[in-house]
Amino acid sequence: MHGSRSWMRDPRVYQILVLASLLAYGVFALDFEIGAGRASLLVGTALLTQLAFTRLWHLPAFDPKSALISGLSLCLLLRTNSAALAILAAAITIASKFVLRVRNKHVFNPTNFGLVALMLATGRVWVSPAQWGNAAFLGFLLACLGGLVVNRAARSDVTYAFLAFYLAILFGRALWLGQPMAIPLHQLASGAFLIFTFFMISDPKTTPDTRAGRILFALLVALGAGCVHFVLYRPNGLLLSLAFLSPLVPLLDRLLPGERYVWRGASAVARAVDPAPSLREERRFA
Amino acid sequence: MRRLLVAVLATAALATAAGTALAFCGFYVAKADAKLFNQASQVVLVRDADRTVLTMANDFKGDPKEFAIVIPVPTFLQREQIHIAERALLDHLDAYSAPRLVEYFDENPCQRYLEKAMAAPVPEGVAGGALGRSARDRSLGVTIEARYTVGEYDILILSAKESNGLETWLIENGYRIPHGAYRVLGGYLKQGMRFFVAKVNLKEQSKLGFTYLRPIQVAYESPKFMLPIRLGMVNANGPQELFVYALTRQGRVETTNYRTVRLPSDAEVPLFVKDEFASFYKSLFSQQVKRQDMRTVFLEYAWDMAWCDPCSADPLSADELRQLGVFWLDRGGDNPSGAQNVFLTRLHLRYDSEHFPEDLSFQQTADRQNFQGRFILRHPWTGSDRCEAAQTYRRGLPKRFEQQAETLASLTGWDVNKIRSKMNLKAGTTVPADGDPWWKKIWN
Repeated sequence: MHGSRSWMRDPRVYQILVLASLLAYGVFALDFEIGAGRASLLVGTALLTQLAFTRLWHLPAFDPKSALISGLSLCLLLRTNSAALAILAAAITIASKFVLRVRNKHVFNPTNFGLVALMLATGRVWVSPAQWGNAAFLGFLLACLGGLVVNRAARSDVTYAFLAFYLAILFGRALWLGQPMAIPLHQLASGAFLIFTFFMISDPKTTPDTRAGRILFALLVALGAGCVHFVLYRPNGLLLSLAFLSPLVPLLDRLLPGERYVWRGASAVARAVDPAPSLREERRFA
Repeated sequence: MRRLLVAVLATAALATAAGTALAFCGFYVAKADAKLFNQASQVVLVRDADRTVLTMANDFKGDPKEFAIVIPVPTFLQREQIHIAERALLDHLDAYSAPRLVEYFDENPCQRYLEKAMAAPVPEGVAGGALGRSARDRSLGVTIEARYTVGEYDILILSAKESNGLETWLIENGYRIPHGAYRVLGGYLKQGMRFFVAKVNLKEQSKLGFTYLRPIQVAYESPKFMLPIRLGMVNANGPQELFVYALTRQGRVETTNYRTVRLPSDAEVPLFVKDEFASFYKSLFSQQVKRQDMRTVFLEYAWDMAWCDPCSADPLSADELRQLGVFWLDRGGDNPSGAQNVFLTRLHLRYDSEHFPEDLSFQQTADRQNFQGRFILRHPWTGSDRCEAAQTYRRGLPKRFEQQAETLASLTGWDVNKIRSKMNLKAGTTVPADGDPWWKKIWN
């Protein structure tokens, strides 16, 4: 098969495997309030929307990987009683990549945007941040860390930086309040936190183009999340912080210009068909 | 890829169609209420936007002189923000939402055979005022911000500069707070929280004539949707039991920092459970706590307050809900049949400091799906008809009884052999005492 090696080199393949296994574990072993029907609805809508925009925007090839990651992340995080809202969330998630763009780069991490937009706009969608057991958390943590090693992803610096800042906030707060360290450790033992750290803020397509920009961005998001949790006392601080701070990324890119990211392997097919123009397209929408 | 997409969507359509709710929930038999559990506290959290009305009750049975509570609260409380509720309100709420036992009676299989179309039922006395005392208070950095007598309680709202001083003050004033509590107190102080402390005013109590302590209610406005549990764990002897009843406008409430798990429900259990439902439920709860490594909060009930099916008690009236602090009910339009816009979530947890290091934080979700802890007795049909369907039905019974025995063993951790012998299930014969009548075996 053409390009099969590049498919294997794409870090998204590993991410898809991790998210899919976690979802299967959640549905069968934990009390995740999501059935096979709802999961396929979310993933199916995400893929269909990606396909539709591929046609509409005349992209050279349909690449399901990013849409699959978004769909699986939605399955793990999004909860609603309404199937229509689930479809809408998945469609908005993917559409945001194509529509909300500044200087040919999408502004929001798609899953993050879909979740926050529906939570704030409808009030009928929620995220259950604590639905993970300890076993699931540890397994997932290992898989996430494994991903960093396996993929040596070019932009894992944003994940490391965010981890460092956020841990500093949680442990610093516990020290200041004189709380036992069991409290910040407990606060970290959340699957939603891991999805956020390793799959959302790390999204190389929506983080600043330079390392300095990414570290600054990680700091801002960590501070924002801490503020939502410990000053405003609202849940979902991580998601809200990222969504509200993402519009700063174009600004950071203007102040600190750098090279745009291209998924390893993603452009191989396109390159073979029509090297120069389609490569640009792939960079834009993958 | 397109074929794959079609397949994915087809599965989605099938799965959504399958999730129809059961309309008929069985005849109500018994309930397992909060009184079964020792050392249980019950808390009602009425919450909408940032407004909270908190009602606290515990099963304190000792000398009222010994009773004292210290609760961190997010804001200063004026006299009108404190109220004493009737114990009966909580009892009613408990009874309404308790896990329940229901029963079905199998129909005559012969008739069912004939009428195939018929759908089968699916199954304190604070020494205050003295000048010397207030000087001492100041030296400890403790400020008595307010002092109220409400009902049978003397209540103080305290703020403090530092936790050591507060701990000393509490001990000197007869609040039996464990040494070392200052570590926990300090965290709350730094977050700007006040302390609500209460003792029983014996004179008021005898005047009022109550022999038990009534629940205390406080109303405040704060974004913090949480319950402080850490103070109570400082010197606790073993795990404690807590029931949280959340009354909200929108939907189900869950903890955001601990997993909320639905209690096993809708399981078919042997008929003898009818006589020991209380001990069944206690064992079941302990077993589930063990299975989840004591790290989860259990959902026992989630229902729109307007109705129930089957009802273990009537829904609370609009007046009762108002007394519990449901402030969004329409005062003018009295609707005696029940309440609108009130969704009840009943959470139950067993906790200690090792497994629950942090205070409970909550969020209200938009989930309005009904859930109840419900266990099913299914009485076998005992008629003597001899149609083919009846033969098949009788042949199927032993398997069903065995299944019930295994379900019960798995839910409660009870010995399956003891269960079998209680059901009169012996290897090979497997016919229960209350299944077929004794004489059916003689000539068959």
